[in-house]
Order: sequence, then structure tokens, then C-alpha cells
Amino acid sequence: MNPISFLTQMLRISIPYLFAASGGVIAERSGIISLALEGFMLTGAFSATLGAYYSGSPWIGVLCGIGGGLVFAMIHAIATIRYRADQVVIGIAINLLAVGVTRFFLKLAFASSSNSPRINGFPAKLSAHGFDNPLLWMGLLVAPVLAFVLYRTRFGLRVRAVGEHPDAAASVGIPVARVRYVAVALSGMLAALGGVYLALDQHQFTDQMTAGRGFIAVAAVIFGRWNPIRAGLACLLFAAAETLQIQLQGNHIIPSQFVEMIPYVLTIVALAGVVGRAIPPAALGKTEH
Amino acid sequence: MTSRFREQLEEALFPPFVALLVALIFGDLLILSYGQSPANVYRLLLEGTWGNAYGFGQVLYKATTLAFTGLAVSLGIRAGLFNVGAESQLAAGGFLAALVGLALSPAVPAVIAVPICMVAAAFGGGVVGAIPAFLRVKFGAHEVIVTIMLNFVVLAFLNWIIANHLHVPETLHTPEIHSGAIPRLSEFIPAFHGSAANLTIIVALLAAVGVWFLLFRTRRGYELRAVGLQPDAAEYGGVNVGGVWFRALTLSGAIAGLGGINYVLGYKHYYEDGFAGGSGFLGIAVALVGRNHPIGVILAALFFATLSQGGLAIHAFVPKQMVEVLQGVVIIAVAMSVPEVRRALRQARKPASA
Repeated sequence: MNPISFLTQMLRISIPYLFAASGGVIAERSGIISLALEGFMLTGAFSATLGAYYSGSPWIGVLCGIGGGLVFAMIHAIATIRYRADQVVIGIAINLLAVGVTRFFLKLAFASSSNSPRINGFPAKLSAHGFDNPLLWMGLLVAPVLAFVLYRTRFGLRVRAVGEHPDAAASVGIPVARVRYVAVALSGMLAALGGVYLALDQHQFTDQMTAGRGFIAVAAVIFGRWNPIRAGLACLLFAAAETLQIQLQGNHIIPSQFVEMIPYVLTIVALAGVVGRAIPPAALGKTEH
Repeated sequence: MTSRFREQLEEALFPPFVALLVALIFGDLLILSYGQSPANVYRLLLEGTWGNAYGFGQVLYKATTLAFTGLAVSLGIRAGLFNVGAESQLAAGGFLAALVGLALSPAVPAVIAVPICMVAAAFGGGVVGAIPAFLRVKFGAHEVIVTIMLNFVVLAFLNWIIANHLHVPETLHTPEIHSGAIPRLSEFIPAFHGSAANLTIIVALLAAVGVWFLLFRTRRGYELRAVGLQPDAAEYGGVNVGGVWFRALTLSGAIAGLGGINYVLGYKHYYEDGFAGGSGFLGIAVALVGRNHPIGVILAALFFATLSQGGLAIHAFVPKQMVEVLQGVVIIAVAMSVPEVRRALRQARKPASA
């Protein structure tokens, strides 16, 4: 096995996870359960495809993708923050809604129930490994940037405060709801970028193309114990397992289904606290305060 | 009618009513965006579901599975636990039912074979439910995340067994079961010919009665609801909260697993990879809209089954994906209006009681 090709493939696979998991970290650190990453990614991928198809420019696609994720994130935020709806239910509903909406408009826009026409991605001039793609670099940087924001800025402190102890945060004048709105909006846009990367990388939108990646990101958030750097490393670990599986295909050493299970099994083990218990932010999921 | 009962009824009925209105409006917009007439499309939707025997049979068939997963989710919520794993519990139940149906000899009469397969289905779902139950009680691991993660693990595992060991070549399903088939409704009412509706519907209704009896007429059910409302108070009152949680989530899994017989014993007579097809997740919607009451769950199961069958009826005019959008809209609207309605009703009553 060629180590360079392993590394490049692993990085490319990890990018959607890195974006979505960072989105998950920021929402959950503000106290909002983030099960809708899959839906945000899917709408991001679809909006980006629409934008790139009608404009011909991948950058317009990126902007549209972020916008699509933002719209769904605002539905999530209004339902859970303003109306105090159950965050788990809303997360699952957003995922169902995203599948329905993308399928309906795929049919409306392109008269297809499986995929869009080809769209322009970022041109590959320098290398064939996808390193010309600015989104790839953004994806690699998103976790460290988020760590800086969370632990070194005023906004980050506020996010952590409303996620741990909203009453205390409110008593010192932090606008709890507003901080959470911003955190959920950011999570939607970040996760959407993961979907945008997929669509531009594959030069089209296909039905349910995120294929559970949003849930792998949820797993990475928990396995990384709600810390952006650790969550990023979890994404790389899960991507490495997947790459190993792809590169070993045909060897039949481990059935692919068992490789697919790795992120989920590791997360369950982490939650059960066999090696250092994963403890969520104190106010995660609490609607009344 | 006592005023307490009326209050409960108001609180239960307002959110689904609001959701239905919101869904109708969204539906109008989607239909108009496709250049069709909403009145026409809604008429087709009703004609294709409740308007003819085949369509109605399909609605009953789909509602049967949803009733099981909805009951499963609602039982968990009554105990204060959110079971997001109904999807894989349903699949595991169907798988074990098929396995036992394959192992039994064709000579075994249905009266014996069907109950054995049903026990197997409940056992399969129950095991998948018991894992998050154990992890919750023993380690405090959050059941929402564990059940979500377990969905992927169990479905991947079943996929591996089917793809590598048990499939009929060129397919992803097992051979047909030798024994344990449940007759279709069309054998008794010929008008249902062609629809998948089968006698499992009676099992679903019995399950609803059973859940109702357990929740509202037994000591264990009283404890379960007490734990769901206020675990600390229940613990103080002498209830073993961990034990209640373990039994509730295991039973929840068993009910979802039992739902697998609708497809495996009643319809196809084999297990097929992916047969659950989202019915487990829709069970969450059914429990939510049915306000976690067995009667509400049955009605909500009929509603969501009507939507999903209705999608097929309108497909020639508007993409059937429209109903997937509406399902999402209904869930969000109900989830948003439940706390809101509760607050509004409480406020409206205040002056009267003061």
C-alpha cells in the first residue's frame, strides 16, 4: 500500500466529517443537541449543486450551499430555542425534511429522481489528488480555528457558558437565546460546507449522497468529547478506517460491514465510559431553564 | 365530561390539528410550484387511499408496521426514555422471525409456527432494545445516542449476514420461510385483493390494548409513568428507577421487533435487507403526533400510512416526494406547538381557577 495515496485519500474522505463535526461541536457546546448534521449536509450539497449549475461557478455553489444549510439551521433554531421543541425530535425531523425537500426539488429542477446533471467543481491544475480544492484546505483548518474561537474569544466563552450553565450566563447579562441562535446557524453552515465539498468533488448531486456521513460526524463529536481538536482527530481516525477498507478491497480480511461499524461501536464504548467517560455539556438538551 | 379530561383532550388534540393545517398550506405551495391544482391533487390522494379497497388495504398494511414502532417509541417516552432505535429493532425482529420460519419444518401447523415466529421477532427486537437499556442503567450512557449508533451497527451486521450467508443468489433476501406465514386479509375479504394487508393488524391492535392496559391499569405501568414524569420523586417513593428503565426499553424494543412480522410473515414471507425502510424513524413521528397514547398512536399510524400511500396515488401529477416533505413539516409543527399549546392553555385557565 502506497502511504502517500493512503494519506491523500484519507484526507479527502475526512473533509465532510471535519466540517460537519465542527458544526456539531459548536451547536452542542451551546446546549443544543445536534442530530440534524446529516440534513444540513444534504441541503448544503443540493443548494450548492443548484447554484453551481445555474451560474457555472463553483464559488456561487459554495455560497448557495452555505445559504441552504443556514435556512435549515434557522428552522432548527427557531423550533428548539424560540418554541422549545424537543431537540431530538426536531433533529430527526430536519433529516427527514431534508431528504424530502432535496428529492422534490431534484425532480422539479432536473426532472430526475436520482441525480443532477454535471456541475463545475474547482479546476484541478496542479495535482490530481484534489489539493487544488480550496474547500479541502478550509476543511483541514476548520477544527483548529474553531478551537481558537471556542477557547480564546469572547464569543467562544459565551457559547461554552450558555451550554454549561444558562442561568448563570443569563445572570451576568449574556443573551442566552441569541448566542444559541448564532451557534446553531454556524453549525448549519459548517455542516452544509461538508455537503458542498461532496457535491463539487463528485461534480453532481445524487439522491441521499451524504449517506449517513452526518451521523459519523455526530459520532466524532461524542467520541471527541465535544472538543473541536479531539473531534477533528476522531474524524481523521474514522476516515483512516474507511480508507483502509477501500484500499484493502478484494483482500476480504475484514468484511466491509464491520469497518462501517467502527465509528459507531467506538462511540458507544466511549459513552459507556470504558476508557474515560464522555461527558456532555451540562445544559445539553435541556429546554426549560 | 370532567374538566380534567377536557383539558387533557384539548392539550392532546390542538397540536396535531395545527400541524395538519400547516401541512395543508405547505402542500398547497408544493403542488402550485409544480403547476397543479391543490384541490385536484388532494382529491386524488384521498381517492387513492381511502377511496378504494386496494388503496385502503395498503394503508392498513403500512399503518400496521407504524403502529408497532409508534407504540414502541411511545412506551419509551412514557418512561422518560427516547428510543431512536426502532428502525434496527424492527429489522432484527423481522430477521429472527424469518430465521425461525426457515428452521421450522413445513409440517408444523400455523397455529404453532406463527406464535413461535412472533416470540422470535419480539426477542430479536428486545435484545437490540436491551443493549441501550443496560448501558443506560449501568453506565448512564445516553439512550438517544446509543440507539442511533446501534441502528447502524445492527443494520450493518444484518446486511453482512444476508449478503454473505443467507441470501438467494442475485438478491438481498432470504429464501421463503417454510412455516409461520400469516394469511392476508384478501383471503377473508376478496375486495382487498392485491394489497399486502394481513392479519398482523389484529396483533397490532392487541399490542395497543396491551400497552394501554400495562400503562394505565397495572402497578408496573403506574411506576413506569411516575419514573417518566419525575425519576427522582419516583426513586424517593421506593421505585427502582433502573429496573423500570431496563424493562421499559427492552419491552419497547420487543414491540418494535414484533412489528417485523407484518412484512416477513404477513407479506413477503422472507427477510429482505432494508425492509424497515424508515418505518422505525417514522414511529417517532407516530408517537409524537399520537401524544404517546395507544389510541392516538393507532390514529397517527393511519394518518402517516395514508400520507405515504397517498404519495403513490398522486405521483402522476406531483412527485410522491411531496409527502416526505409534508411528513417532516407535520413532525416539526407538532413538536413546536406542543410546549406552546401547553403554555397557552395553562395561561387561559389561570383567571378561571384564581
